Amino acid sequence: MFEATERTLRDAQRERWVKAGLLVMTILLILPVAIILTVLVMRGAPMLSIEFLFEEPTNGMTAGGIFPALIGTIWLVIVALLASVPVGVAAAIYLSEYAPDNKLTRLINLAIINLAGVPSIVHALFGVGAFVIFAGFGTSILAASLTLAVMTLPVVIVSTRESLQAVPQAFRAACWNMGATRWQTIRRVVLPNAVSGILTGVILEVSRTAGETAPIMFTGAAFFLPFLPESVFDQTMALSLHLFVISTQVPNVPEGLPYGVALVLVGMVLTMNAISVALRTKLRGRRKW
Amino acid sequence: MEVSKVKLADRRTANWWIDKAVAVLVFVGGFSAVVLILGIFLFITREGVGFLVGDEFDLVEFFGSPKWRPTSDNNPTYGALALIVGTASVTGLAMLVAVPFSLGAAIYISEFATGRTKELLKVLVELLAAIPSVVWGFIGLSIMNPLIIELFDVPIGLNVLNSGVILGLMAAPIMTTLAEDALKAVPDSYREAAEAMGATRWQVSFRVALPAARHGLVAAILLGVGRGFGETMAVLMASGHSINLPSSPFDSVRALTATIAAELGETAVGSDHYQALFTLGILLFVVTFAINLAADVFVRRSDRA
Repeated sequence: MFEATERTLRDAQRERWVKAGLLVMTILLILPVAIILTVLVMRGAPMLSIEFLFEEPTNGMTAGGIFPALIGTIWLVIVALLASVPVGVAAAIYLSEYAPDNKLTRLINLAIINLAGVPSIVHALFGVGAFVIFAGFGTSILAASLTLAVMTLPVVIVSTRESLQAVPQAFRAACWNMGATRWQTIRRVVLPNAVSGILTGVILEVSRTAGETAPIMFTGAAFFLPFLPESVFDQTMALSLHLFVISTQVPNVPEGLPYGVALVLVGMVLTMNAISVALRTKLRGRRKW
Repeated sequence: MEVSKVKLADRRTANWWIDKAVAVLVFVGGFSAVVLILGIFLFITREGVGFLVGDEFDLVEFFGSPKWRPTSDNNPTYGALALIVGTASVTGLAMLVAVPFSLGAAIYISEFATGRTKELLKVLVELLAAIPSVVWGFIGLSIMNPLIIELFDVPIGLNVLNSGVILGLMAAPIMTTLAEDALKAVPDSYREAAEAMGATRWQVSFRVALPAARHGLVAAILLGVGRGFGETMAVLMASGHSINLPSSPFDSVRALTATIAAELGETAVGSDHYQALFTLGILLFVVTFAINLAADVFVRRSDRA
């Protein structure tokens, strides 16, 4: 028979304390989100209405709705996706399917890590220097979206590469043995098996792009515009910048208004994230290999 | 016999050419990351270099003087010390908040939590990461500000404390996720060996898993520092944005990133002020680049171990 020594008991006791302590730390980390969401919903929800979503801001942005900002954010996200998804997916295909294990590949990986680490305001400076001035796009949706695309490119590359690498090597080998070329293998076997994972990453990118403020401040987003953008060369309002403007720059904004804007923005972003997480969980359950 | 007429098959069919073209195309996609990172450096240098080599720039003044007065009519001065100290103090406080909690959460999620709890906690940490920085800034303004005034009886709640806590919460998810990845990468055989020797769960975590994952953990912390250092909107809105060498957490400060965000819109393209802001951008780029390189070195070491 084993008899618990004093030491074993003490260790078991300590085990419980450590575990409880770590759990408390984890909860304290997550708790603020719950509090923030509760406050945003409580104070922002009364603002929400069909008119709030579909009307223009009025009275110097102290009343009215957010329609132009909402539409502007959608423009910015779509144009940014059109630029970053093809490049990002190509880069991921290269890194997952072609890249040899050499210095150049290391350099590319290092560049991706650094691209993800560049501060958002530096991306904004790059956008001003490269797209607004050098390329001559002026402050426009195009310049702002390209800046956002550069900024979120690492998100697409990393998530796409992960889902490509999750496709078992045997699938490729089988295809090559049938005489298929590399590209035929990728297009007919690898991509179809990875497409939902890529989609997950893209949705995550949408959520990141929609919330960014600093990169679009000087490249294409305007404080206030009374009309909707008609082409990518127009400026536009954006939800994130609108929140910044009405909570810091405009006097006499009624207290509930910025909460309403923040709630819509967070709602959009979290919905996207939730879809992404749900899709990923579902995929993991369905995966056959 | 027909056989004699069979030539060696030409491999260069349409499919062969397509295959080659795609190989080139995807390489261009991959290499674009390198082009972009170089492009960022070149373009911000291109806009800021005029100031760096011009008469207005003085290295000693830039790093040694807290007097950032670019809009002064007769004698504009460009001392970035207060901005550097502002960024450093906010990032420092953020790390005091984020490092222990992120590591604690990462250890709990990786070593103690199981099954559904584990998945749920990971998703919640991801949600924390999803909140946009402008919303965090708004929370600093509208929730933290009155709270700090109330709790500590200070005249203004937009200060190092406010922005440090906000920034800590923003940096925590990325640090937690990366630290958890580092712990997950420690082979289970290490843990099993320790458990076979009679070690308890926490002994395994703290004496085996943590030391084995140390390089990855350092990388996680470094990337968190980089995130805090480069954060813009939240710091702009929650730090008070006044030029100050802080002596307590209740002083308002101004960050490098926030200065660019607040002033760039009001400068004329090509002016000294405009170029000086790009010079701040170069500084930010260089420092974050160095932090990321250092993190990469640590990640590489953990791979080798």
